[in-house]
Amino acid sequence: MAQITFDNLAHSYLPAPKADTDWALKPMSLTWRDGGAYALLGSSGCGKTTLLNIISGLLHPSQGRVLFGDRDVTDLPTAERNIAQVFQFPVVYDTMSVRENLAFPLKNRGLPSDQIAARVDAVARMIGMTDTLDRRARGLTADAKQKISLGRGMVRQDVNAILFDEPLTVIDPQMKWELRTQLKALHREFGHTMIYVTHDQTEALTFADEVVVMSEGRVVQAGTPQSLFDAPAHTFVGYFIGSPGMNLLDAQVQGATALVAGTAIPLGAPYAARHGRVQIGIRPDAVRPATEGLPFRLIRAEDVGHHRILRGEVAGAPFNLVIPEDEPIPASFDRVALDPARIGVFVDDWRIDPLERAA
Amino acid sequence: MDKPVNNRAWFLVLPVLVIVAFSAVIPLMTVVNYSVQDTFGNNQFFWNGLGWFQDVLESDRIRAALGRQLLFSAIILAIEIPLGIFIALNMPKRGFWASLVLVLMALPLLIPWNVVGTIWQVFGRVDIGLLGHTLAMLGIDYNYVNDPWDAWATIIVMDVWHWTSLVALLCYAGLQSIPDAYYQAARIDQASRWGVFRYIELPKMQGVLLIAVLLRFMDSFMIYTEPFVVTGGGPGNATTFLSIDLVKMAIGQFDLGPAAAFSLIYFLVILLISWVFYTVMTAQRDRT
Amino acid sequence: MTTTQASRGSAVVMTLYLLFLLVPIYWLVNMSLKTNAEITGTFSLYPLNPTLNNYRIILTDPSWYMGYVNSLIYVVMNTALSLAVALPAAYAFSRYRFLGDKHLFFWLLTNRMAPPAVFALPFFQLYSAVGLFDTHIAVALAHCLFNVPLAVWILEGFMSGVPREIDETAYIDGYSFPRFFTRIFMPLIASGIGVAAFFCFMFSWVELLLSRTLTSVNAKPIAATMTRTVSASGLDWGVLAAAGVLTILPGALVIWFVRNYIAKGFALGRV
Repeated sequence: MAQITFDNLAHSYLPAPKADTDWALKPMSLTWRDGGAYALLGSSGCGKTTLLNIISGLLHPSQGRVLFGDRDVTDLPTAERNIAQVFQFPVVYDTMSVRENLAFPLKNRGLPSDQIAARVDAVARMIGMTDTLDRRARGLTADAKQKISLGRGMVRQDVNAILFDEPLTVIDPQMKWELRTQLKALHREFGHTMIYVTHDQTEALTFADEVVVMSEGRVVQAGTPQSLFDAPAHTFVGYFIGSPGMNLLDAQVQGATALVAGTAIPLGAPYAARHGRVQIGIRPDAVRPATEGLPFRLIRAEDVGHHRILRGEVAGAPFNLVIPEDEPIPASFDRVALDPARIGVFVDDWRIDPLERAA
Repeated sequence: MDKPVNNRAWFLVLPVLVIVAFSAVIPLMTVVNYSVQDTFGNNQFFWNGLGWFQDVLESDRIRAALGRQLLFSAIILAIEIPLGIFIALNMPKRGFWASLVLVLMALPLLIPWNVVGTIWQVFGRVDIGLLGHTLAMLGIDYNYVNDPWDAWATIIVMDVWHWTSLVALLCYAGLQSIPDAYYQAARIDQASRWGVFRYIELPKMQGVLLIAVLLRFMDSFMIYTEPFVVTGGGPGNATTFLSIDLVKMAIGQFDLGPAAAFSLIYFLVILLISWVFYTVMTAQRDRT
Repeated sequence: MTTTQASRGSAVVMTLYLLFLLVPIYWLVNMSLKTNAEITGTFSLYPLNPTLNNYRIILTDPSWYMGYVNSLIYVVMNTALSLAVALPAAYAFSRYRFLGDKHLFFWLLTNRMAPPAVFALPFFQLYSAVGLFDTHIAVALAHCLFNVPLAVWILEGFMSGVPREIDETAYIDGYSFPRFFTRIFMPLIASGIGVAAFFCFMFSWVELLLSRTLTSVNAKPIAATMTRTVSASGLDWGVLAAAGVLTILPGALVIWFVRNYIAKGFALGRV
């Protein structure tokens, strides 16, 4: 096991990339600690699979290095990187039994058979397949097969990392939750470095210690689920994380006041004047109906169980409120109040810090 | 998949039935009819029971032809199936070369069978053929007209030339349907090349291999035109396979009764062996 | 790295295999461009005095070139006929269960296993009796014996890949069966129809035993014309080779046009 470092890593599928858009993965540097649970989150085509393939050795990056610990593995083939991977669709060896499937990676590495047997039994217990060990893999259900893939990933104790490429795509919703919980438990118990690629924010936020959000080939933010939610570094993160996403409004910011469509809104701290497109962003749960403040037009209310979502418009832009179930909603209101402490300011989509903290 | 029951679907099948009845059932009835009758000419027939069948089953000549036929099909399968798999594994996967190779490989499949025979008849001749001439220059005494071994070798090489591509193309299609993730997983598991073949490629090719084995068995068992053109069944009877013998009997000698009985037995042997192949291979698949 | 070694190995294997396939064909082409005197007199790897005379003989003599016309006529007739009857039947097999469907399907396939030699004589008698002997349609019908089962089998595979909801939606929208079938369904399985047509063309084009038995003059296929010339004159190697080369051309053209669909057709797990 090892810490994973990306050093000025970038990749383009074109031989001579020129324009910004030619890069499938734009230059990035990151360090992931040994034993962490990481998620790569983004919509399809954002570069997360490219990054995963670079880690697994399927792709050779156009520039930069990948390090496992202190060792540069950029030029090493997959087999020598000592990683495990669970794919989007279950990959099992159909003609083998479950036991043979689990033993396969160990057998290929020439482990003594008593050690193999012990490991296989341990892994089978972990994934809850002790009873089906001698069944053929062919004919098992998709989630059983995916558990086998998972088990094959876990069976080697010395792997540098286990990569998950949207592993729950073909799993029933109910089983999804169960498998994710199991994964989390396995991570806590064995401490493998786990890298989980997904486009589903719930999966990413519940699984990972740290989430790397990607968009258009760029790492836009890497941080804990809480920090992504509280302080998105980019409007994309604000919009992508949370349901519904962050409300964004065009504004003019002067000191500690933002002017939105002629209404002054107090901010938690003063900001320096900036050029470019300035927006303020606020999470829907930090907004409340009010009698004075920002003019708001309610379009419809949705009850989603433990809270309600009020969907509407502010100055022509969509704007949502999230109200807890036990809180009353005024029969009619046309203004909203924003919690100053939770307003973020974005310039050209990137979050900027207020004055005293920046200094 | 639960398909709805609808007996009116028979109307859709009717045209096929009419055509196949005309081109299979009626001729087959004629064969059955001949097989149980005898004639002294003048289109007068009388009941002969199973006499012809008995004659055919006891005929040394037909037994010998059946033996040759079984040996031939066995050799063909033993060569073409492994070779076809091997070629498929080496075919380029995509791009211009892939389509070019595909087209060149399919070429022998689209040559009329007697032209295939002609190509090899010419190719093997010592005086004007490249193969025969080259072998003669190397001091190898090769003559497919006089030597039974050379005749067999020529016909087998010809059949391999003609049909291996079919096996290879079928296997290639099977290989193409394997997602990349499987190869990636095998690399991660450090599987050997043999392991990849044994546990990924071979299982995924099983369906198409069944088709390939059945087709190659059936067609090699029915082979007529190619050896007929090259050797005419000779030297002696060395390459007289069942179809050649049957045509000789039916059209050459006009022995209708024995030929008909022979036909039915021939057909049944093919059905039986095909059924055995099918059962064994699907049972194998269900077991593994 | 090992991958480049492996791909070099593959290139060697494929080169050797393609050489094995192409050299005999090259030899035929080589011969077709030589005079008979050169063929029998000298041994050369390429024509020393290239001549197109052999081709000229074939293309100017009706008894030769009508062989091609005859072959093409019955091959096209057979392909059209096979597809026309196989399409509705394949639809029935892929969409419905009906009395005896499995037995019928299996019985159809057994016809693919019938040795043509078995049918040669009864065909001859049957078609003589109904006055179809030496007509193109006789050969086209005879070839249905093995092409119809094949076409039904291939098409059934493609049709089963089309979700049944499409049919139901069309019926709800008020399409009649024939209109639905021709306007909506057939375009959906166009590549399947192409693959089936390719195989019908191929097997009808290469077959000789039945087509020779069922014809004498008017519908005689080119392949049979060739065999007659061999036995009669026996020595006209150049013309024989040229005729052979000309029988390869239609097939080569057809493959070139369908090359992108062959692999796809094979890939669907049907022949």
